[in-house]
Amino acid sequence: MNGRWRTWLLAVLAAVVVIAAIYFPKLKRKVKTSAEISQPSEEQARRELTTATPANPADPKVQVRMFWASDEDESALSPLAVDLALSSDPVLRAKQVLNTLLAGPVNSDLRTLPADAALLAFYLLPDGTGVADFSEALGTSTPSGIQSEQRAVDSIARTLEANVPEIKRLKILIHGQEVDTLAGHLDLTQLFTVNTRAAQPPTLSYGLWPKPPATSAKSPPAATAVAKPPKR
Amino acid sequence: MAGAVRNPEAEARFAILLFVRSRDGSFHFERRILCAALCTAAAASVSMMVSSGAQQPGAPIQAPPYPTVAPPPAERTGLNVVVLDPAHGGTDPGARGAQGIRESDLVLDLTFLVRRALEAQGFQVLQTRSGNQNPSFDDRSTLANAQRGAVFVTLHISSTGLPGTVRVYALPEMSSRASAGGVLSWDYAQASYVGLSRKFGDAVQGQLAQRFKGSPRNVQTASVRQLRTTAAPAIAVELSSVSVQDRSDLDKMMPGVADAIARGLAAFRPSYVLPAEAGAQP
Repeated sequence: MNGRWRTWLLAVLAAVVVIAAIYFPKLKRKVKTSAEISQPSEEQARRELTTATPANPADPKVQVRMFWASDEDESALSPLAVDLALSSDPVLRAKQVLNTLLAGPVNSDLRTLPADAALLAFYLLPDGTGVADFSEALGTSTPSGIQSEQRAVDSIARTLEANVPEIKRLKILIHGQEVDTLAGHLDLTQLFTVNTRAAQPPTLSYGLWPKPPATSAKSPPAATAVAKPPKR
Repeated sequence: MAGAVRNPEAEARFAILLFVRSRDGSFHFERRILCAALCTAAAASVSMMVSSGAQQPGAPIQAPPYPTVAPPPAERTGLNVVVLDPAHGGTDPGARGAQGIRESDLVLDLTFLVRRALEAQGFQVLQTRSGNQNPSFDDRSTLANAQRGAVFVTLHISSTGLPGTVRVYALPEMSSRASAGGVLSWDYAQASYVGLSRKFGDAVQGQLAQRFKGSPRNVQTASVRQLRTTAAPAIAVELSSVSVQDRSDLDKMMPGVADAIARGLAAFRPSYVLPAEAGAQP
């Protein structure tokens, strides 16, 4: 190979290196963007699947009662009437009212659940136990304290009690898991009584949490824990 | 009933002296030596029996040779021990407020004040932590559950609520009581004490309501995780709140809270009657 060819070859190689140096960052950005589009996070995917519970235009608009904080006493709850096109299906209905509860009232100071929390899933077992699966923000963003945590659970339980009579008890999961406490205080290993009149011991044996005991004759407040499932 | 204790030393001595060698080299039985050996062995055995506590059939039962804890009297009433639980600690600061106020630090200071007030009234006080540790919920309950005649007070400071108010919480009714055989389930340990806990809570809340305007008059119910596994009258006391602008606002409340807990406990004391039999539930 003579000197002329060697010069040409070196020039071509140099040009390739320069072009690659310019194009490589663009390529990298393109790959990253397409990966983000094609692979949403697990939580995003679940949220898309579960929170999209659009109201059916055929569903009648009814007045639902949402329990947010009272403007007179922030530690107490007070019902607020909201018009919603509610589904007749109890699971869809539960999702609709819980999503409305999460969205919060007009006065954001009266919200009981953190703004960044989301309902990931809701199930209704045949024995009337509702299972509400919330995103991690429910635990991390709820203000730490017995009062604030109890108020958050009360608002969920009382809103369900007022609008979905099929639900007798409530189990709260965080990101699909049972957790010890909501934000360090309130026991989430328990089932909470939702409908105190209807909550009877389940007779079926399929359940996730077998046989919660009967509630006492003296009915506790809405969101009192009624039983903890024994560890298996 | 144990039999007579063997004395190896005496038996060995007996065996050595049983036969003696004669001048012609043969072994023969020596009665005098045998007699002495038997006497020695008998004396040694009697001595060992007395010192080891071995007892003859029909003899009155003697104290065992090892140190024991004195059994409780047949009937004891009233509470003996107060277990104070400064919540959170270690990597868990609890509620956090402006200017770096941390619940875990404040409740520890409050615990020392409550302890002093209780000890002044003659109560024995134990703490679940005395520094920046974070025992588990079960570890904290274990300390109370190991006592007889104890009450449990867990101390908290909230993120919310009207500043300057204090609330007392007890668990709501738990229908699941002791399991088969009268053994108390760990997970439902509080079930048998809910009534007493509310009575205790009402006594303390009544005192707090007199001192801190805006506080409720009666105990509140909440599913506080720490209380569920505690087999004793147990309450949670929560001050509002870490949202105060100045920590000194909370510091000023603490002596009043400590005094109210001590007075409430003194008022509750006659109501807490322990069952005579150990392990029985109230």
